[in-house]
Amino acid sequence: MGRWILLAAILFASSHGAAQEPALPDFGEGELQPAPPEPAAEFEFGGFWDTRLGARVVGDDDQHSLSLAETRLQFELSRDFEDFSLNLTGDLLYDHLEGQREIDPEKGKGVFDLRQANIVATPHDQVDVKLGRQVLTWGTGDLVFINDLFPKDWNSFFLGRDEEYLKAPSDALKASWFTDAANIDLVYTPRFDADRFIDGRRVSYYSSTARRIVGRGGGEVSPDTPTRWFDDDEWAGRLYRNLGAYEVAGYAYRGRWKSPQGQDAATGRATFPELRVYGGSARGPVAGGIANLEVAYYDSRDDRGGANALVRNSETRFLAGYEREAARDLTLGVQWYVEWMTDHDAYLATLPAGSPARDQDRHLVTARLTYLTHNQNVEWSLFGFYAPGDRDAYLRPRVTYKASDSWTVESGGNVFFGEDDHTFLGQFRNNSNVYLALRYGF
Amino acid sequence: MRALKIGLSFLAALALSPAANAGDTMDATDIVHRANYMSYYQGRDGRAQVTMTITDSQGRERTRKMTILRRDDSESDALDGAAYLGGQKFYVYFHRPADVSKMVFMVWKHLQRDDDRWLYLPALDLVKRIAASDKRTSFIGSDFFYEDVSGRLPEDDEHELIETSETFYRLRHTPKDPASVEFAWFETFIHKKTFLPIQAVYFDGAGNKLRTITATRVDTVQGHPTVTAATAVNHSTGSRTNMEYSSVAYDIGLPDDIFSERYLRRAPKKYLR
Repeated sequence: MGRWILLAAILFASSHGAAQEPALPDFGEGELQPAPPEPAAEFEFGGFWDTRLGARVVGDDDQHSLSLAETRLQFELSRDFEDFSLNLTGDLLYDHLEGQREIDPEKGKGVFDLRQANIVATPHDQVDVKLGRQVLTWGTGDLVFINDLFPKDWNSFFLGRDEEYLKAPSDALKASWFTDAANIDLVYTPRFDADRFIDGRRVSYYSSTARRIVGRGGGEVSPDTPTRWFDDDEWAGRLYRNLGAYEVAGYAYRGRWKSPQGQDAATGRATFPELRVYGGSARGPVAGGIANLEVAYYDSRDDRGGANALVRNSETRFLAGYEREAARDLTLGVQWYVEWMTDHDAYLATLPAGSPARDQDRHLVTARLTYLTHNQNVEWSLFGFYAPGDRDAYLRPRVTYKASDSWTVESGGNVFFGEDDHTFLGQFRNNSNVYLALRYGF
Repeated sequence: MRALKIGLSFLAALALSPAANAGDTMDATDIVHRANYMSYYQGRDGRAQVTMTITDSQGRERTRKMTILRRDDSESDALDGAAYLGGQKFYVYFHRPADVSKMVFMVWKHLQRDDDRWLYLPALDLVKRIAASDKRTSFIGSDFFYEDVSGRLPEDDEHELIETSETFYRLRHTPKDPASVEFAWFETFIHKKTFLPIQAVYFDGAGNKLRTITATRVDTVQGHPTVTAATAVNHSTGSRTNMEYSSVAYDIGLPDDIFSERYLRRAPKKYLR
């Protein structure tokens, strides 16, 4: 009864003038016992249905005029047992632009893409383990990864799939040890997990052999991917802790360049040369925003002197970023990123005659703008990359409308600019695209 | 009979509540501290399932479901010298809608500096640090603001007791830093017996109502009178949000390390149910 009076009072209350004494709320009768934990659900189930259509806005004779034409149904299933929990996530996929229907779990091709299949257990109070197919992320960059050497799917990123697909799954064991002094993560990947890298099949790129932008019809990369279990393995570690409001971390990685950065002299095939990475990061509040610093040394083991023309040189990578709320519901983030080649003289000396040379240091500036409107149901987002030395750029505009709790409509683009064919972002300029997506979540 | 039962439950509640010994001699600041304690600091820690139903001016409904865990830094419940008042940690685990399912929003609330906030995105396994933001903005698209959920510092306003009725203390609160908030002042009706704020009304400089928040149900849980349903109405947009609490429990023994990166990546299921 009280509530109805209250409701009436609210409905008819003038929005001007003094506050009226409210009705008393409904006081529950008697004492409520503390609610016991609800029994564990048998299964937790969820997912979405996502349909995307994208078109190229620049003609590219090597590619289909559509950039995306696909529909996927993602199922997510989890269950808690006494001592562990089980997580399964998979996408049933129809990709009109992909000829291959046969399932390839490494490349995520075919009618089914297994995103996660793992068990999580806590064998000791201070230890968690996660075994199986899983998505892994660490580091402080925003769409810039330095110490995160877990596999990425650059095709999905450039074509306009949901941002979650930038991360490709790893088949790995992650063990975490939590202590008062510091926390340690150790990830062992028994068989090398490469990026789902740009190979010309969906996104055209600059070929240093052909010395032009290539795509389907001759430009496809078929690398020599290491596949031996426990020999071609990867180790990644992170040591981290909080220092007051700041998070500091150290990282190490032993494995391979995640996208082909070498060439076999005999066969001419692209390779994934050996790589070790050592780095650190810090993140925390500065002047009302969040600042982050991250640095790493990339030790290219197959080209330690830098004189091997067929393998990417060693380099130092550095990132500084800052993000803060610029106005209500408007967030602004900026980053400055540098790759500094260790042996530039050796690189120049071995560069094939006529090949465009890269500078010793490559700078990249990024900016992110996120603006929420319509009760936060509409998100306007712009992410931009700009490399002043290469004079190339990449813009990712996007608007997302949550039409209801279930339906989301999204539209966006991936727009590349560049004066030269060979620069890092400019090489993708024939792939500029716009897309429209419709998603139903359940 | 019903009235008697309510009376009895009040007695039981008051006997256990530190707000028990209040008289009509309290000054505005004392009342505000008691109300602040009752709204945000009861028990050392707590858990609640929260359902928010947002209805816009055109009648479109959106629902958010989450579990909120809270732990106080201060071990004291004492109102003397505001000893109860300290930092707090919040862990908000989203169940619905589908696009935010299993996301976690974690806040370390500090009294002397900006809060630390994190967001965990499970699909990317990404732990994102979020910049401190204007606390007078909508909490997840609802008509409640961040500050309505996590509490506003008593020292941020000047308090004035403007009326004492049989049931309520009526207070008027004027911000010390008007530029930091959207309102010119707000009024609260604090229930005299429980010290729960039953209504808060925010006004602009011209005296127009901006928002009204009303407690619509109170249950006593482990001796703590607790608002278990509340409504926020935004008078300028015509939007309203009903917030319902269920499975409320206090002093569940939440370890401090629940509020860490470890449990962002691996939800502490036994405390979330």
